[in-house]
Amino acid sequence: MHSPPNSTRRQFLGLAGAAAVLGTAPVVTLRPAEATPEMLASAIRNVTGGAAVKTGKVKLDVPPLVENGNTVPLTVSVAHPMAPEDHVSSIHVFNEKNPQPNVANFHLGPHAGRAQVSTRIRLTDSQKVVAIAKLSDGSFWSASVDVVVTLAACTEEVI
Amino acid sequence: MASALINVPAKAKRGDIIEIKTLMSHIMESGFRHRASGEAVPRDIITSFTCRFNGTEIFRADLFPAIAANPFFSFFTTVTESGNFEFEWIGDKGFSETASASISVE
Repeated sequence: MHSPPNSTRRQFLGLAGAAAVLGTAPVVTLRPAEATPEMLASAIRNVTGGAAVKTGKVKLDVPPLVENGNTVPLTVSVAHPMAPEDHVSSIHVFNEKNPQPNVANFHLGPHAGRAQVSTRIRLTDSQKVVAIAKLSDGSFWSASVDVVVTLAACTEEVI
Repeated sequence: MASALINVPAKAKRGDIIEIKTLMSHIMESGFRHRASGEAVPRDIITSFTCRFNGTEIFRADLFPAIAANPFFSFFTTVTESGNFEFEWIGDKGFSETASASISVE
């Protein structure tokens, strides 16, 4: 039984330890660790402060089938008036399986006139995308979409 | 190197809700990619985008690595007076870019 040199064993143990800490199977891999549903939940808690999130009002437009996860068009619109005393104050976008659960936070105000933002995002895997809108009265509304990704983002190696 | 594309209507009526589109050329390196040798490519992203109208902030976005390269944003605002939109992108490694666009409101 030939034992490998110490350095590689140490590297392997270090990697395995790191993987175990991240709560994933200790497989030596170069792929970034995925965010877990718990990370998604805690990222959402950071925004809502534990307040209840109702479903509705928010419309999340993402293509249900994405060929290239490197650039996925996303539009969030909120069916809510934008009056000074009652408006959408911010829109937050999260995902389930990218290395980080946060995608973006958009801060609006009553002068926006329409609570709608668009951008392009990256998705490393088929997963759920969640949008949460915070209203000026402190209530939270959300919508989520399941997206199927055929070509994942940011897993390719850089030469 | 970096350059911005801004789309703002030149004219609008008072009280109109207009759409503003912006695109900034930037690699948005997520920090999660690896070289063949195994070392991680360091993160280099735009972390914040702000739009001000005549000095007042009307839109702000906090960005994370999940935003695609060359960040594109579209958002809305109500115009009440003629003036200047100032756009600002701030990012890692001291990245900072600005752009502006004017609108005449009748």
